[in-house]
This record gives sequence, structure tokens and C-alpha cells, in this order.
Amino acid sequence: MKPLSLILLGTTLAAAPVHADFKSDIAAIRQVGAEGKGNPPAAAAWKSLAKADAKSLVPLLTAMDDANDLAANYLRSAVDAIADRELAAGRKLPQSDLEKFLAEKQHNPRARRLAYELIARVSPATGEKLLPTFANDPSVELRRDAVQQLIDAADKALAAQDKAAATKEFSHALTYARDEAQIKKVAGELRKLGQAVDLPKHFGFLTHWKLLGAFDNTKLVGFDTAYAPEKAVDLAATYDGKLDQARWVDVATPHDYGMVDFNKSFGDLKGVTGYAFTEFNAAAAGPAELRLGCKNGWKVWFNGTLLFGRDEYHRGSRIDQYRLPVTLKAGKNTILVKACQNEEVKDWTKEWEFQLRVCDASGTAILAKDRPATPKGGVDNTKADTKKGTK
Amino acid sequence: MKAVIVASLVGALCAQLHAADWLQFRGPGGTGIATDAKLTTQLDEKSVAWKISLPGRGLSSPVIVGDKVFLTASSGTEQDRLHVLCFSAKSGAKLWERQFWATGRTMTFPKTCVAANSPCSDGQRLFCLFSSNDLLCLDLDGNVLWLRGLTRDYPNASNSLGMAASPIVVGDTLVVPVENDSESFAVGIDVATGANRWKNNRPKVACWATPVVVPDAKSGQPLVVLQSGPGLSVVNARTGQEAWYFTDGASTMSSSVLVGGVLYVPSKGMTAMKPGAAGAHPEVLWQNAQLAPSTASPVVLGDKVFTLNAAGILSAAALKDGKRLWQLRTTGPYSATPVGVGKFLYLANEKGLVQVVDTAAPEGAVVSSLDLKDTFIGTPSIGAGALFIRSDKALVKLGGS
Repeated sequence: MKPLSLILLGTTLAAAPVHADFKSDIAAIRQVGAEGKGNPPAAAAWKSLAKADAKSLVPLLTAMDDANDLAANYLRSAVDAIADRELAAGRKLPQSDLEKFLAEKQHNPRARRLAYELIARVSPATGEKLLPTFANDPSVELRRDAVQQLIDAADKALAAQDKAAATKEFSHALTYARDEAQIKKVAGELRKLGQAVDLPKHFGFLTHWKLLGAFDNTKLVGFDTAYAPEKAVDLAATYDGKLDQARWVDVATPHDYGMVDFNKSFGDLKGVTGYAFTEFNAAAAGPAELRLGCKNGWKVWFNGTLLFGRDEYHRGSRIDQYRLPVTLKAGKNTILVKACQNEEVKDWTKEWEFQLRVCDASGTAILAKDRPATPKGGVDNTKADTKKGTK
Repeated sequence: MKAVIVASLVGALCAQLHAADWLQFRGPGGTGIATDAKLTTQLDEKSVAWKISLPGRGLSSPVIVGDKVFLTASSGTEQDRLHVLCFSAKSGAKLWERQFWATGRTMTFPKTCVAANSPCSDGQRLFCLFSSNDLLCLDLDGNVLWLRGLTRDYPNASNSLGMAASPIVVGDTLVVPVENDSESFAVGIDVATGANRWKNNRPKVACWATPVVVPDAKSGQPLVVLQSGPGLSVVNARTGQEAWYFTDGASTMSSSVLVGGVLYVPSKGMTAMKPGAAGAHPEVLWQNAQLAPSTASPVVLGDKVFTLNAAGILSAAALKDGKRLWQLRTTGPYSATPVGVGKFLYLANEKGLVQVVDTAAPEGAVVSSLDLKDTFIGTPSIGAGALFIRSDKALVKLGGS
């Protein structure tokens, strides 16, 4: 069965009053791939597509559905070229078609955002009018701008000393906010207004883990060494560690941004490797993302399969630093994280920690069926800069 | 016969380039020097020919081809929108803009951003590299020729502090340094198709230095100096095959420069060497630990080599033996490399103060300065009779008409 978006694309192409080669040009662009594959035919197709008139804009936007990210870039730059030329020549863009495309949420979120920008470029008033409808939109950018309007309204109420209205508006904004900076701002304001905010739950950070430490990582050997948990996770087992017996310990992090700190459990160790394990009881099967922040060398396994690993140390960490797509099973899923600490002794190399959350592609938290209550006593992260890098 | 064909091709290519073009980071040959430009040396408020707002951040240098100035920028809360812009050098009017979405990671240290690497051009095409390792090739009219996502292709190629080394074009090969702590490599790419010609693994060390071209001491063939913490690997531009190497260490920030057949490498302060050839090591001429640059790369003007340290001290040393001749305290701090015309160096500090230094004065002398009241991290470019400098907010033309 063809995906709905491909059927929609076929329908749009069939109906579009565009040049004869449009379909083959789109096909040429959609087949670009790794290491430069397909670039020459895609470039020829781009040149042909970019000469089209404004009627091609919506079919080009539609062609981004299910296109890979390189193909989407070819298509979006063709949209730019056409729109710039048509507007410079004093011709009109198909505003109503663009609005219809924008309203159809099954399309590529970035393509819809591009459609919105074309609409707003021609008619800022229409853009303003449409914006509040995007507070719960799959497009991260459209949602962010709509949420900003809610935040602005809350700020206005606050400036007018109307704390009740401000609390209501900020709470409303937090419901929809997915942008970290906006969430931080809103949570901070709500806390100042005396409201409790469960940030780990809002983000979907996993707070309860079993930690195991510490194995060797002298001269960074630990990253490529498959210690026992990589073969089988046995939470009752003990192992010969680098310094003494390594055993699993329970950790429940109260940190606003779900930071899991190995140093707290094992001491400020250097040249070591640790593991963290947890289960995620999903309400339903489906696509999800594990989003990791970590400044140590790391690997992540999901349901026993290695997703990715990275041997970069102390170059900085932030929320959602790495996005790892997974497919959740209904019921129990397992997550194993390996975190390697190097032997640097400078102040900015002390951290041996990670944060991990489960969410959908828009950043909306996916919560486990049996998610435990967030531990008390967390660090108020709304007062700290979470995006700062290190040296 | 082959040599004749190559010479003809090179001649044909050169014929399309304007003498005053500034085609890459640090301009002609990566020297930072515009040999035949005429620039005002008395900067004042009237020197600002125009100032254009930019749609995003950036510290990449402008590329100048004829009357066109090309620039990259990045925008969005995640810095994931990549902009390629083209302006009229004369008027500052925007001629075209193309936007793309980053396909690689966009996290950087706050001081830098995704539009950190400088674009380059062969006079017909524009090659734009970003910290996300997106590599975009357009013609000079904004038509897309090919696109690559190097982190998409090689998923551990990234640096959480941000990438910033710039690509260079050598004949029909684009050399792209992607040096980082994890999946570290340099790649030679066919300028026409975007396909790999070669890909060399590189030391797993973050590096922000840009390659330079040196001739093979025997054959004269162009070789590319790939610089990293452990030293230099000098490779054939067309094949990637290593011709010679240098293992005495090198800066991971400041890039080398080749002038008068001598390569000046930020290594143990400064090391001057005659480049080697396939199978033949370079000949070290001198080393001087007093000449260590910080972020800025060395510049050669006349018979002196100049380096800038973190405190803003400009050091001048004799090319023949590396002996330090004088030091001049200028107003720092600097991230940008100085650029030069005639006997003058133009130094742009991070706070927006552009200072003109007369390097022929007995101890060097700042002869004029202009406060642009903005943050400038990127290296200026010279072309169309003017100096072009950009901040996160604006592109500024100094001098010219």
C-alpha cells in the first residue's frame, strides 16, 4: 500500500498545470542519496523546475512529503527561486492554494512552514491571523511562533500586575511549548508565580535508572570494549571493575533536565566506563525518538540493538544534542546507555553524566504507562543556561 | 602534451577570473593579501560605503567574484536554516538568496555558529560549507548544482563546539577538511558532480585550520597541506595520496601560509620550511617560539611575517631567519586574521574596531581606526576596491565607491 503522502503527491502532480517534465524532474530530485549519488540529474531537474511559474509552488511543496532531506533542500531552493522571481516581476503567488496546503497537516512540517512564510511575505496580515491556529502544530517552527504569542500575552498580563491572568496564560503556553528556550522561560515565570512545574515530565526525561560502574577507560579503551552489560543485562550480577566490584545501583534524578550523574554514585572518577539501564513501558507501539545529551563518549542500545555511539569527550552538551529514532513496542522496552569518562583533569572535564528523554518528532513527551513520580529536590534549571557549551 | 593541455585549461580558467577576485578564506592563495588592490588607509565614518542587514548569524568570510559578493549565514533557534546570499559589491543590493535546511548537527559553542566555515569559488561555482557539514554548490546566479550532507554520509563527523575549517578549490577538486574528535577525515570532491574523488582518514582531533596549496618541490604539481595537532599531511589534490608529512605538531586553530615558496606553519611558535616533494621531506629553515599566533593565522607582507597573539600584540619577524623585529600593541581581542594591501595590514578585532597598521613604520604604527560598534569574528575580504567585513547582523563595505 502506498503511503497517503505519496497518493496525495500523485494527485497533486496529476492536477497541477505545470510543465510536461515536472513529474520526471521531481523523480530525479527525489532519488538523490548518499555520497553525491544522483546529483547531476537532480541539478538538471532543479534548473528546469526553477523556471516554472507560481502555479508550481504547491506541487513542489507537496513533493517534499517523504522526500529525503537532500531532496527537500533541492525542492525548497527551487521554491525560493520561483517565488523571488515571480514577486520581483510583480506577479502573484497562489495564496489560497498555499493556505489550503498549509491547513493540511499531513504534509512535511518544514514545507508547511515554507508555505506559511510565502503567505506572510505577500500578506503579513494573513500571516498574523493564521498564527494562533498553530499552537498545537506538528511544525516546530509554526508552533514556536504561535506559542510566542501566548507568552507575549502572559508577559503583558504580568506587566499589568494581573497575576491570575498571567498564570493562566503561562500555563496555557506551557501546554503547547516544545521549544526549550520557551519552556524554560514559561516554567521560570510560573514558578515565580508560585506554581509547581514538573519539567522532567513535560520534556519526557527518564528519571529512574540502574547505574553500573566502573569499568576501565584508560587511554579510551573502554569505548570499544564490550563489557558484560553489552552482552546481557543482569541487574543482580557483580563484576570486576576498574577499582573494585562493579554493581548496579538505583538512581532517581530530580534534575529539571533529567541529568543522570555517575559521579554522584561512584565518586569523581577518571578513565572509567559506566552503564545505565532502564525500562520504558509504552502505552502503544509506534515511532518515537530517544533524545540524548552527553559530553562523554557514549553508546545507546534500544531493546538490545545498538542505535549509535560517539567518542567525543567534553566538547559540550545540551538537551536534544542527539536524536535517535526508534520504534516503540507496546509494553516493555529496554534502554541501555554506556558513558565513558576520559582522563583529562581540567575543571571542565569533570562531568560524567547524560540526560535522555522519549518524545515524538515534534518534541512532545511520550510518557511511560507506569512513569514514576518525579523525585523531589530538583535543581531549578530555569535559572541556569542549559545551552552553554564547554571550552 | 598533457602539460600543454593542463596549461591551456588553467589559462582558460584564469581568464574567467578577475585579478581582484577574493575566492576563499584569506583570498588569493590563502595569503590574506590583495596584491593589486587600492584601499583607503585613513578609515573614518565616511569609509562605510554601505551596510546591509543579514538574515542570520555568521563568521564566514565573504567571497568576491567580479561585482558579486557571496556570503553564508545561519538562522533559527536551532541555527538549522542555512542561507547563501549574493550582493552587488557596488550597491549592496541583494541579487539573490537561497535557503536550505541543515542535515547535520547544529550545536556550537555560543561564540561561533553554523555559518562559520568560509565559502570558496573557482570563479564559476560557489562552494558553501557549514558547521553542520552541509556542503552546497551553486553557480554564481544561484542555480543549485549539487548538494552534500557530509554528516548525513558519515554520521559521526561533527564537533559539538562547531566546525569552522574552510574548503579550498584546487583545479577541479574541492578539498574539504572535516577534522574532529570522532569520524575525522578530509575529502576531495569532484567540483562538477559533488562525488568523492578520495577520502582520507585524519587524526581524531578537533581542528579548525584551513588547508593551503603548495607545489610539489620536484614536479610542481599542486599538493594540499592538511593541518592538524600532530602536524601536516601533504597530499596530491587529485588523488589524496600523501606526498610528504611533518610530525612536529601544528596549531589546530591558526592556518599555515605559503609565500615565496616558503611555508609558514604555526608549529612550535612559527616554523618556516621549504615544502617537500613526493617521498622527500620538507627542509625546516627556522623556528621561533616567540611567534606563536592565537586564533588568527600568520600573514606575510614584504619581507616580514606577522602574527597576532591573544593579547593583541602584533609581532613582526624577518622572513629570512625568523628573528623578531618589533612588536606593536594593538587593541584586541582578535579572532579574525589580518588582511593586507601594499605595506598596510587591516586588523578587525572582536569588538568591531578596524585598525590599519603601517608595517613599514620602524616599529609598526596604527595609522587609523574605525569603530564599527559590532561583534566581528570573521576574517575580512578584499575585492572590488573595498574591504568587506561581516558580523552576525550586517555586511559592511569599507572604502571603494
